[in-house]
Amino acid sequence: MAAVKLVELAHARSGDKGDVVNIGVIACEPEHYPVLAEALTAGRVQDHFGDMVKGKVTRYELPNLHALNFVLPRALGGGGTVSLMMDAQGKVFSTALLRMDMEVSDEIAMHVRGRGRVPPHLDHDVINPDEANR
Amino acid sequence: MRVGGGGARPVRVAGAGGFWGDDLEAPVRQVEEGPIDYLVMDYLAEVTMSILHKQRARNPEAGYARDFVSLMERILPACLERGIRVVANAGGVNPGGCADEVARAARRAGVRGRVRLGVVTGDDLMPRLDELLAGGHELRNMETGEPLASIRDRVTGANVYLGAFPIAEALGRGADVVVTGRCVDAALTLAPLLHEFGWAADDHDRLAAGVVAGHVNECGAQATGGNCLAEWWTIPDLDRVGFPIIEAEPTGEFVVTKHEGSGGRVSPATVTEQIVYEIGDPAAYATPDVVADFTTVRLSGAGKDRVRVTGARGRPPTGRLKASIVYSGGWRAVGTLVYAWPDAAAKARAAARVLRARLDRLGLHFDEVRTDLVGWDSTHGGLAGPPPPDLPEVQLRVAVRGSERAPVERFSREVAPLVLTGPPSVTGFGEGRPRVREVAAFWPALVPREAVEPFVRVETREA
Repeated sequence: MAAVKLVELAHARSGDKGDVVNIGVIACEPEHYPVLAEALTAGRVQDHFGDMVKGKVTRYELPNLHALNFVLPRALGGGGTVSLMMDAQGKVFSTALLRMDMEVSDEIAMHVRGRGRVPPHLDHDVINPDEANR
Repeated sequence: MRVGGGGARPVRVAGAGGFWGDDLEAPVRQVEEGPIDYLVMDYLAEVTMSILHKQRARNPEAGYARDFVSLMERILPACLERGIRVVANAGGVNPGGCADEVARAARRAGVRGRVRLGVVTGDDLMPRLDELLAGGHELRNMETGEPLASIRDRVTGANVYLGAFPIAEALGRGADVVVTGRCVDAALTLAPLLHEFGWAADDHDRLAAGVVAGHVNECGAQATGGNCLAEWWTIPDLDRVGFPIIEAEPTGEFVVTKHEGSGGRVSPATVTEQIVYEIGDPAAYATPDVVADFTTVRLSGAGKDRVRVTGARGRPPTGRLKASIVYSGGWRAVGTLVYAWPDAAAKARAAARVLRARLDRLGLHFDEVRTDLVGWDSTHGGLAGPPPPDLPEVQLRVAVRGSERAPVERFSREVAPLVLTGPPSVTGFGEGRPRVREVAAFWPALVPREAVEPFVRVETREA
């Protein structure tokens, strides 16, 4: 077995409904969905977020879309304009979840290593300070 | 099914906006860059509704999305010429007033007498709120279970989410432009399909397919490569991103695509990210028209920037509709300053301690004071780990909220003094004092269908 980050296996989008965040986590490769479904339990997600989420996490499965949906109640400091959080609409809870460490087979680890991030050889093209300030 | 040229073709419903403030040029591009049959736009986030309620309180003729009126003046002639019909919830809390202004815009655009306007009303519960409460509807908060009576005196607006059938009725009466108030976002796309294909209210699977189509369309470019995490650096030409187009067939199957030559991407990855956006139980996505099951949906590639969506299943809707009630939640302000290397995080934290001690000494009380260091932990919290030892700079962000305005006002004057009276290496105060804003709080509640539906009106008129 080997350690990878969830961001190497999945992409995700999150958003809000009141004080509730939902995070849809989607396997980048359909054949890795069972790995996510096995390891990424509601309890694991609850532990990952710790005191960032005050309510009980629920997990829903969308196997046809190779996706899991996590619902995180009481995660937004009241939600809407009541919330004083920078991310009051839960838009980047998605990548906070993708920080999670995952144990996968050596074969999968070799296959996905480095995914989910701008490849180093492109880094200069994507983040060129001269371009950004032009 | 539209019949023309060589035979039947799918109906093309173009999504052109995901919130009031979205890309102003997107609707123009959707009309100009290729064939579409319907142009649909969502203007009403919950925060938008609270702003519109305030505007109408000051001026009874206001309370709708004014940008929609200038947009119509710009594109109505082209829409009429090409047979494109427009559906938008731009009516906000004053759909009739919005339609009046669209009529004037039609005159200015030189298409007077050639436009039929449709208006859907009945979503506004405010005039009937006390009657509903007196009738035994407690309008309990769906998240907390509290009855509305506990905050009734602070309520500034109350709207119920309507479904797609009233919009379809307006289209059936020949409306070229349909203006609504609060409706479920997906209804804007489902309604044209109901009208074109004559789907019945109990045809739950097809209605569910239309809801999935609407959910894909309702956030604009979020379905076509915008805000897409999957290999985002490979998504081309977001500066002229194509907005989504649903090509629907009478069976309920549809293809998600965008205009040829536009930027962005339509792939199973971009569409799936939008399908899972802002949902709860994916097997029970409740709307006034149907409870849609997203777990039965399948996606398949159907050519470049084309994704076919099949398999949606639906169940009968519940007997209750969702209402969104806005009430005053006090006042808030956010102050920021930037601290530079060395020891940027330590300086910012020290400044926050100084500020909080001053607020305490002034005897100011707040419901909440929140301190974040932007550039380190303001979004990922404790998951961000300890601050990097040599952080080049960090923004201190202090936010307060309270029920009274005065303490929040005083807070807004306590931030700038830190520049000369607190820890060193501080800058970034050029935007002036923090703005004090009223907090619009939301109260989600359920209302029995029979307390709403008799009040829904569909009106059509010539402009």
